[in-house]
Amino acid sequence: MTATPTASRRKFNLGAALLTLLTLICAAIWFFPIYWAMVTSLRTDDEAVSAGFALWPANPTLSSFIYVIENSNIGRWYLNSTITSVLITFLTVFMAACCGYAISQLRFPGRTALWWTILASFMVPVQALIVNHYVIMAHVDLLNNYIGIILPMLLSPVTVIVYKQFFDGLPREYREAALMDGATEFQLLFRVFIPMNWGVTAALSIITFIGAWNAFLWPFLAVSTEEMMTVTVGISQVQDAYGVAYARVLAGAVMAGLPVALAYLLFQRRVTQAITLSAGIKG
Amino acid sequence: MNNARNQTFVAAVLVAPFVAIYGWMFLWPTVQMIQLSLTDAPLIGDGNYIGLENYDRLIHDKTFGKAIWNTAYFVLLTVVPGTAAALGIALMVSRLKGWLQSLILSAFFLPFVLPVTVVYLLWQWMFDIQFGIMQAILEPLYGQTVNVWRNLPFFMPMIALLTIWWTNGFSILLFLAGLRNIPKELYEAASLDGATRWQKFARITWPLLWPITVLCLTIQLILQLKIFDQVYLFASGGRTQSTMVLVQYIFEQAFVKNDGGYAAAIAVALFVIVVAFSVFQYQILRIRGPK
Repeated sequence: MTATPTASRRKFNLGAALLTLLTLICAAIWFFPIYWAMVTSLRTDDEAVSAGFALWPANPTLSSFIYVIENSNIGRWYLNSTITSVLITFLTVFMAACCGYAISQLRFPGRTALWWTILASFMVPVQALIVNHYVIMAHVDLLNNYIGIILPMLLSPVTVIVYKQFFDGLPREYREAALMDGATEFQLLFRVFIPMNWGVTAALSIITFIGAWNAFLWPFLAVSTEEMMTVTVGISQVQDAYGVAYARVLAGAVMAGLPVALAYLLFQRRVTQAITLSAGIKG
Repeated sequence: MNNARNQTFVAAVLVAPFVAIYGWMFLWPTVQMIQLSLTDAPLIGDGNYIGLENYDRLIHDKTFGKAIWNTAYFVLLTVVPGTAAALGIALMVSRLKGWLQSLILSAFFLPFVLPVTVVYLLWQWMFDIQFGIMQAILEPLYGQTVNVWRNLPFFMPMIALLTIWWTNGFSILLFLAGLRNIPKELYEAASLDGATRWQKFARITWPLLWPITVLCLTIQLILQLKIFDQVYLFASGGRTQSTMVLVQYIFEQAFVKNDGGYAAAIAVALFVIVVAFSVFQYQILRIRGPK
């Protein structure tokens, strides 16, 4: 009576343990390139190429990081990336919240047309527009300039769609009660709707920031001097200057990836929420 | 009446910033793109109206055909294998609980948040012909060390591999959300009936995850059609013609050859291809019924 269930449970646990072990191995392999880059960046250039499979540096050193900081424009690139990414994030989320609110809560002529246009533009490849973005920016003399980098990257119909659908789901009573109390639409949006749902705004902000920091194609085209490059563009453009110096190259890469990696690790739940929301799935 | 007018005014103020950007950065460049594609203009400056000549040239352009083929090949190498890998990983991760699950999920997801140039430098190091750790795997398999970014048969599959490594986090998260939405009772009932692990997967998990699978496949398809960054970075310095992809060809014609009109014609082609696939995606997703 009792022997069979115990035996089957033991067999079950063994299978589960093996599966867990397999999962751990896969995760370790998946993470390995990132680990390997980090370890290499802690080596000297000589050790980087002679270390073979040694999983930990013999003498961990920050010398490669110091070299890159002293001998490249990475400080300036960081500043450029921070300024453009913060502005893109703030402006994108702000515009999307306003627009999403209007479409969701207000009745005005052209509302349906606007909504369908936004939905349709979801499918448009921005990459096809690079040539004309460049022409427009050259025409108004905004190339190699923060504003020129930022403008084409403010185009984010998904953010509007997420806000609109989110505001749609909120109970009508809040709005009616607040209007009864004499609140204006602006107060309603900025004092009630957004503060009540910081989570969504936080999630969208983090994912927009990561996207802006990581953007390559447009910042690469829009910038023509080393001083105006973002970190993402910069680290790929000057690696030749170091010769074959992997420790230094990877020290630059680690510094470029650090802000977005930290943003993800600190706000893991928000990133997940933003991704499932933008794919239209309830998480 | 007054209220309706007031609402219209408020709405106009609220949508104005987005609509302005949308018009200036999307509608206007789209119209300009089509106009430009009918001229022989350089990137910056005026040209003559030449009708559909650029499109005629496009049809007979061998490199354009090459770019279409390479893009299709890349899509083939990434979309289905990547989605299958994501499903497998999501199934493995969803079994775990608590902190262990967060930790393992982070390991799989972290590449997704990295900039493409970091991914580029990291894999360049992994595959370095002299010192790359991956050569230890390639050498016994191939008989010698391989410069994968200068070796045509290796190039696209390796780009596909690292692209899957890089972008798969997105699909993994969607699958995990889908798995979480499957009611636990179904599995409990199946266990009571003595179903095996495989039966539970084949009869419950897989059918219920099918809509998510279609979603992942179509999102990946449209994303990977727009491949540029990785191919451009890894091919630069080599013979870029043989690994040319669509967006790269737009880039090359516009910014290297200074042929704005022709670049715009290629851009229109890309535009049409992506929109066609998106409409197709929309139709497929609609079949799964209203949410």
